[in-house]
Amino acid sequence: MSATAATPSAAIPGLGRKIGSLRKERRWALITAYVSLIVAAIVMLAPPVYMLVTSLKTSAEISNPVGTPWIVRNPTLENYGALIGDPMFRGFFFNSIKVTVLVVCVTMVISVLAAFSLARMKFFGSQVLATGVFLTYLVPDTLLFIPLYQIVGNLGLLNSTWGLVLVYPTLTVPFCTWIMIGYFASIPKELDEAALIDGANWMQMLTKIFIPVALPGIIAATIFAFTVSWAAFVYPTAFITRPDEMPLTIGVVSQLIRGDTFAWGQLMAGALLAALPPVIVYAFLMDYYIAGLTAGATKG
Amino acid sequence: MAQVTLNRIVKEYEGGVQAVKGIDLDIADHEFVVLVGPSGCGKSTTLRMIAGLEEISRGEIRIAGNVVNDIPPRDRDIAMVFQNYALYPHMSVYDNMAFGLMLRKFPKEEIRRRVENAARILDIGMLLDRKPKALSGGQRQRVAMGRAIVRDPKVFLFDEPLSNLDAKLRVQMRTEIKKVHQTVNTTTIYVTHDQVEAMTLADRVVVMNHGVIEQVGPPQELYHRPLTKFVAGFIGSPAMNFIPARLANGGAALNVVLPGGITLPVPEERSRRYAAYAGKEVLFGLRPEHLTEIRPNDHRPNLAHLQLTPEVVEPMGMETLVYTWLEGTEVSARIDPAVAAAPGQALPLAADMGQMHLIDPQTDRVI
Repeated sequence: MSATAATPSAAIPGLGRKIGSLRKERRWALITAYVSLIVAAIVMLAPPVYMLVTSLKTSAEISNPVGTPWIVRNPTLENYGALIGDPMFRGFFFNSIKVTVLVVCVTMVISVLAAFSLARMKFFGSQVLATGVFLTYLVPDTLLFIPLYQIVGNLGLLNSTWGLVLVYPTLTVPFCTWIMIGYFASIPKELDEAALIDGANWMQMLTKIFIPVALPGIIAATIFAFTVSWAAFVYPTAFITRPDEMPLTIGVVSQLIRGDTFAWGQLMAGALLAALPPVIVYAFLMDYYIAGLTAGATKG
Repeated sequence: MAQVTLNRIVKEYEGGVQAVKGIDLDIADHEFVVLVGPSGCGKSTTLRMIAGLEEISRGEIRIAGNVVNDIPPRDRDIAMVFQNYALYPHMSVYDNMAFGLMLRKFPKEEIRRRVENAARILDIGMLLDRKPKALSGGQRQRVAMGRAIVRDPKVFLFDEPLSNLDAKLRVQMRTEIKKVHQTVNTTTIYVTHDQVEAMTLADRVVVMNHGVIEQVGPPQELYHRPLTKFVAGFIGSPAMNFIPARLANGGAALNVVLPGGITLPVPEERSRRYAAYAGKEVLFGLRPEHLTEIRPNDHRPNLAHLQLTPEVVEPMGMETLVYTWLEGTEVSARIDPAVAAAPGQALPLAADMGQMHLIDPQTDRVI
């Protein structure tokens, strides 16, 4: 086109070539990004898809595979029906919900209060305490469960979901506190000074200023506490042997694997049902989380 | 409305570093006082001690006659406007302004009345439903001022409130602050590093340096009768010219003799004041506006003529600034824009010796 001749890129020698090479670079960057993302998505999604496919098969189809195992020939919901109809499975579900809700509440109350005091109220040893809180998170639960077994046993809470409510916060509180310290520390100091002058006491400052302003951080910490508590495996395996007190993670495994008999269809259906609440929580809270992260990120 | 009294206030940090070194200051009811000085001079620390945000190491602060050293900020009945506005980002403009009153459990109707009144004074009525992030810098600062006004406190404290605004908005908001003070008439303490803000806003300016007060006085007094070299140099833009000189006896009169031998006569009425310094080294101070072009029919007494060559000429529209060298010292002059001045071309200038200052280099005090 004749109009092209008038563009600055044509008027300045070498500029056209430069823009061309930039476009080329961008195209390659996009191709690389897409290929990597597709590979990553396949790797990540293959197990849940396989679980879903298997959960829709009958036991007969699972034990006598014909052709590719990735295709369901006679889809059925009988595995889901059997689980949902089973009062024991519903009990596992209820136990998981009870433990997780309580643990998330306990964790958030402790870590928000701890983080606020460690981030804002300068007191003797606050720095050491803040570091100490994080250090406790570095001790793996596979080491801690032995002494904790002793403690929970002495308290008479073995074989009880209350034992889990007591123990899980040792996993969640340090990390959540650490996340919250970071969020609270990023709130400008002038905001608490303005609140102090406006007449707020420390508690009002926390509830009316810090918690609303650090909501994205609180949601991030809540998601973390929820995930850890919902997916915990080592502690319930060690502390719970009675089926009626078991949470989903060990309930599904202990009741659907009898010796060397694996009820694969129900196992997969149970695992998918167990994954449902975290998916719902993520889907629901992520919007708020991301909205919170991006709001005010640019100069107003 | 209240008086504020600072009595030998000291702020000492761990390790013995003193940010404020025992200052005394009486601020009258309804007065607008500006604390001004360079970074680290202790002005903000002083303001924060008055606010109760910083502990007082020694001394006593009184607000309306009551010692407030151990009283928390919320009970001092003060309101503060911060440099970065410090608006609550999750609250609307209305809630930001109402927050302090809600905490103090004011009736809803009263809160509404006060917020609407403040919004009217500041012309932000149409912004009440917006969140701070939807406001411009100037609007945010108005909201921050609104938050202070609704409280109807005894004292307003401003901590460099205009520093985050661009130059044009700063001038506009400066006028707004002055108008607000004329309307609500609350005792105001204002901290800034900008001497123009200090001069334009203050009933009295407090110039601070290195944790001490250099001079307190009305803007004009500080400008015309500075007590120290620091104040003389800090107030006024461009800064006062300082040229090392010697005070010589020239018969009956005194002369300022510059290093290269240029002799400038000291006005007769100043002879007695400077007599004790005859024969001594001094610092000769002259503001740029007292080093001007030679005007026809100039009736100013005590003019001394100089021939200087400008190095840089800055036309400002209403005036022209000329930067040149005088006996090895860079000096600035303020001349009429109609006068033709060009770099490298000799320019006859007149020094108004009636406006000169002499400084004792030993004590840095104006003689």
